[in-house]
Amino acid sequence: MQEVKEGVGGGEEVVSIKNLSYDYGHSLSSFALENISFDVNIGDIIGIIGPNGAGKSTLFRCMLGLIDGYKGDIAIFGVNIKKSKKVLEKIAYIPQQRSIDQSFPATVQEIVSLGIVGRIKLRSKQEVLSAIKTVELEDLKDRRIGDLSGGQQQRVLIAKALVNDAKLLILDEPTTSVDVETQNKFYSLIKKLNQKNKVTIIWSSHDLDAMNRLANKLVCINRTMFFHGNTQEFFASSELLKMYSESIMQAHMRMHSDQKLNGNHFVGNSIDR
Amino acid sequence: MVFEILQFGFIQRALISGIAVAVSCSVIGLFLVLRRQALYGDALSHVAFGGIAIGFFTNIYPIWTAFAVSVLASLGITKLRQSTKIPADSAVAVLLSAGLATGVVLIGLSGGFSLDLYSFLFGSILLITYNDQLMILVISLIVLAIMYKTYKKFMYIAFDEEQAKVSGIDVTKLNYLFIILASITVIASIRLVGVLLISSLIVIPNITAMMFAKSFKKTLLISIFTSILCVIGGIVISYDMNLAPGGTIVILSVTVFIALVSIKYLLKAFKVQRHKTMQVNTIDR
Repeated sequence: MQEVKEGVGGGEEVVSIKNLSYDYGHSLSSFALENISFDVNIGDIIGIIGPNGAGKSTLFRCMLGLIDGYKGDIAIFGVNIKKSKKVLEKIAYIPQQRSIDQSFPATVQEIVSLGIVGRIKLRSKQEVLSAIKTVELEDLKDRRIGDLSGGQQQRVLIAKALVNDAKLLILDEPTTSVDVETQNKFYSLIKKLNQKNKVTIIWSSHDLDAMNRLANKLVCINRTMFFHGNTQEFFASSELLKMYSESIMQAHMRMHSDQKLNGNHFVGNSIDR
Repeated sequence: MVFEILQFGFIQRALISGIAVAVSCSVIGLFLVLRRQALYGDALSHVAFGGIAIGFFTNIYPIWTAFAVSVLASLGITKLRQSTKIPADSAVAVLLSAGLATGVVLIGLSGGFSLDLYSFLFGSILLITYNDQLMILVISLIVLAIMYKTYKKFMYIAFDEEQAKVSGIDVTKLNYLFIILASITVIASIRLVGVLLISSLIVIPNITAMMFAKSFKKTLLISIFTSILCVIGGIVISYDMNLAPGGTIVILSVTVFIALVSIKYLLKAFKVQRHKTMQVNTIDR
């Protein structure tokens, strides 16, 4: 594994993960994560890359306190989340894109205002409108959330995160199944949040081009971590790029053998042809 | 005619209780529908039937035994769902079957169906006593007060339970609180439409409202308005035509729903047709 280099973000540590391991407890390929360790500094945009089934979503779920039985330590803003989960309120999380129920009776403004549940009402309405303006959805604020496109719904969720005054934004493959134009708008928004609103971002994606353009550090995982360092270093190294491609192949083979053991036939896979 | 019947004490009690139940069922029902737990109302009422049967069997006022059994059963099934990840519809099936079966067995042992039991099964709003009215009002006020304070948290849970958890909302405790509120709302509503029809009061006004309103607040207001209209209308019509009030209220709700759906789709078809005609006219020019 490559050594950690100094990141562009620098400064105070926002996230510190030490020897994180998580075991689902099934007999087949049970370790979702093994010995993951990395730090995130304030102002970083960290890209988490890896093939499907590498453990990216599991990593996020551990960081968000949605999974408890992991080994190792996770500290968010200096607080070990096994001891106190209160600090998780400073995190905003955009999960892997799922379609919002079209019939859910709430406008964009109402969904964004969910980000401030429990705060003082008067101050909050202005913040809600300001967050909606930041994601350029002012014209749609009274539209039903289910009537929006996938990309617009993602921006609503980001506005909800902003209004919560989150300093750490975790995005799990946020641009899956959206078109290129929407992706580019999304990436511009991410950059704006990082540079203007000083939000630290941890983001998983298969879009290596976007990672190269936006992330200052990368963490590459395929259940274990095989790279953590500067983005330029990763893309400059043919060896690392080869390791990444091999990890994709391994993931395919692992999925194939898991399905065989389960009695499923992996028909139509391009690797098999 | 409406003003004439208002002079009767039993009609006044029926209307006051009916309006209280209409409002609390609309509020609780909206969240049940959004959480995809619409059939929970049905399950809770069937569990209540089991509780009522225990009351008849033990000679305790059936509403109190219904309360106890409903709350305990709903807490138990919520705990079971969280521990074992049982799907919601399966949990409903378990609750429904257990409640109904217990009721049938105990009713048999208590000497079969009586007039009192029929009033719990099908509602008896015109027979509501002053004490029943007081109970309904107190329960409705408690439910509405708690929901007013916590509705945004419940809305967040209904929208995305995982994100609600991450934002610091104690989803587990709130889920337990919600199911208790749903249980006591169902018990309070039994006198209005009875065990067998309570789920319609929970579901129909809300799905009617969801067809028209874009915002959450408007959906809730339309649901409450529709529910109150159908309850008052149902009570007045049933008194005038000597019909079962519970059934009349539900038939009116269903009629309103079907009428509004039909109007909505007719208007949509009309707009599409007009748009096509305008397009053809434009091409012809």
